[in-house]
Amino acid sequence: MTVVADPQEIVIKGATLVENGVEHRTDVHIVGESIVNVAGELEVPARAKVLDASGCYLMPAFVDLHTHLREPGGERSETVTSGSRAAALGGYRCVVAMPNTVPAIDSVAMVDYLRALCDDTLCDVEVSAAITIGRLGERLVPIRELAGRGVRIFTDDGRGVQDDGLMAEALRIARELGVVIAQHCEDEIHARGGHMHEGKWSSLLGIPGQPSGAEEVMVARDLRLVRELDASMHFLHLSTEGAIELVRRAKAGGLRITAEATPHHLSLTHAEVATYDARFKVNPPLRTDRDVLAVRAGIADHTIDAIATDHAPHSPEAKDEPFDCAPPGMIGLETAFSVAYGELVARANLRVSGGLASQAVTIADLVKLFTTNPARIAGVATPNEQLIASGSPADLVVFDPTERWNVRLGDIASRSQNTPFEHFDLTGRVRHTLYRGEPVVIDATAQR
Amino acid sequence: MIDEMLVRRNLLSIEDLGREGILEILRESETFVEVASRRMPKVPALRGKTIAIAFFEKSTRTRLSFEMAAKRLSADTLTIDISASSMSKGESLRDTLETIDALGVDAIVMRHQSSGAAVLASKWVQASVVNAGDGQHEHPTQALLDAFTLREAIRRFQAASVEDLSSCRVTIVGDVRHSRVARSNVLALSALGARITLVAPRELLPVSVEDWPIEAVTEEIDSVLPGTDACYVLRIQHERMVDAGLSDLGEYRRNFGLTIERAQRLAPHALIMHPGPLNRGVEIDSQVADGPNSLIRAQVRNGVPVRMAVLFHLLGTSRNAVEEIDDGRG
Repeated sequence: MTVVADPQEIVIKGATLVENGVEHRTDVHIVGESIVNVAGELEVPARAKVLDASGCYLMPAFVDLHTHLREPGGERSETVTSGSRAAALGGYRCVVAMPNTVPAIDSVAMVDYLRALCDDTLCDVEVSAAITIGRLGERLVPIRELAGRGVRIFTDDGRGVQDDGLMAEALRIARELGVVIAQHCEDEIHARGGHMHEGKWSSLLGIPGQPSGAEEVMVARDLRLVRELDASMHFLHLSTEGAIELVRRAKAGGLRITAEATPHHLSLTHAEVATYDARFKVNPPLRTDRDVLAVRAGIADHTIDAIATDHAPHSPEAKDEPFDCAPPGMIGLETAFSVAYGELVARANLRVSGGLASQAVTIADLVKLFTTNPARIAGVATPNEQLIASGSPADLVVFDPTERWNVRLGDIASRSQNTPFEHFDLTGRVRHTLYRGEPVVIDATAQR
Repeated sequence: MIDEMLVRRNLLSIEDLGREGILEILRESETFVEVASRRMPKVPALRGKTIAIAFFEKSTRTRLSFEMAAKRLSADTLTIDISASSMSKGESLRDTLETIDALGVDAIVMRHQSSGAAVLASKWVQASVVNAGDGQHEHPTQALLDAFTLREAIRRFQAASVEDLSSCRVTIVGDVRHSRVARSNVLALSALGARITLVAPRELLPVSVEDWPIEAVTEEIDSVLPGTDACYVLRIQHERMVDAGLSDLGEYRRNFGLTIERAQRLAPHALIMHPGPLNRGVEIDSQVADGPNSLIRAQVRNGVPVRMAVLFHLLGTSRNAVEEIDDGRG
């Protein structure tokens, strides 16, 4: 553990900064929680700690719209502290905690309780709340009261709100308050309780599948409600070609909607399930090559606003069950940016190649997908977020694009190890993370 | 040949075997049919081996068939009664299997309601794993005994010298989508050269059926029966039929059942098969199931020698032990 006298001073040396498509070498001087100087070459004050960033990109730290921290109720698989450590290692300064805890975050008391647990985290935790009491889809939570308490995002994630009337009512109230309704798009009747994508592999493996239509029917219904009510909505983890096309057209038609996609849906397919390893069980399920390419195309043309992890920790014993008995979900905070960088920018594709138009996704686009856009959607944007300049908050990531690293379970900081990327060689790695000026990660190692 | 097969430690799927592996097991099964005809129908081939029979799902014929096969090979058997086991106290499948494995058994014959359960078990335990049915995935020994029975019948009634099922036209009727028997049979029979037609209401056909190694798919049973050499009737379940949009068993019988009237469309040589248990009067009429062209009892009878061949392949060490006449002291 490094103890530095207050206010801490840090100089990041030799970083590569991307501005207006031009890369240039930069040093950054940080005092306390803020950047005080940015220049090509800076003198290092004697009391400053130096972080080497040669050959690395310097970016504003990331915001994750979709993290399951599992507290309260699921402490066996993750805690607020362990989850925030995984987030810091992944380069995040803020994660939105999903409310599907036990009990669910569906009241002011639960929001206050969870916020009180977040006093020792390595990143900010933005507490979201359920749309319906207990996420049962029957009665709305006190949205006004919760919004008054500062809750910005409402979601029943893990389940979609099935009842049209209830969803319409939630959208009306959200429009009036200016808060976000985030929908898990899954029509449960259509999904028939399927455990994987319905298609070639479900057929070969004899595992009941859920068709793409289960997602698309719900997206279509919600788009109609948004249009009718002049409301807005955020679409969680889109995974099918059809769903992305629906959102693309709706955006072109002027609807106020946003959408996210996960690192696993832009890299892996249902073929991974061939070994019956329940670590590849996730909801929405891993889909076809075509869908993976469609997710990438949606990212390239801004149909998808944000890449969000859907970090969903599960204990080894929960995943060590037959596929149909294990819970869905995979962790992602520690690998998200590397996977996205490898697939979209470096194009060192893991499983599926292609899907991007000739214009590449650039590192600057990734900053939008991981920071600017999700921060705006979650309402956690900071002034001059996209700028690394004097006066800006020192929430920063140093990312080494050349490091190839093998994902090993022993290195994972999350309390759970249900990563789908074990043994994969990823391209690029978060080297340092600064959270409010504190170097919470140095050389890919968490500092507390 | 045997030694090559010994590297196959498990039988999880028909795909583990391939055409040559299937033929090898069928050849070996003939030896054990001969053993069954002996005055003392038992060989010391697996003496000293212990086989655990772990059925997590109800079964009569498959469990009894495996027990009999193991006993006729002189293996010791442990039959695990799951309702009385620690799983009813909440022990996980993995812990249950690893506990059985730690006892030092040589093989675990396993049936489970989850697809892929046997595949996972094979990663967890040292013992050989034999899949005796996993969810809607596979039931490889059923397909092997079906292939054996079909080839035996063709040899007896039609062509004595056939080695595989080349150009045999097999029609599989029923809930193919949810059937592990259908899945394994399609793989096994097609590997042996059979030309397969699937007949089912659309909702009970497999998803992505175009990826299956079959010749045709239809909802019209009557048109395919005249060109069928073997009609394989699957067991139908009431719940599935409701899901398929059929109102009741009567409607299924009228549209897809192998009734007396419908069976008359079959060629005189056409063979009738069914994996059991039978819903008489629903998917098949008694007169057809019990008729002269029915192989249903032969399927059950052949289950024992085919499973002996499978167990011997996985666990056997000495070819001589099969030739040896059991002296009754083993």
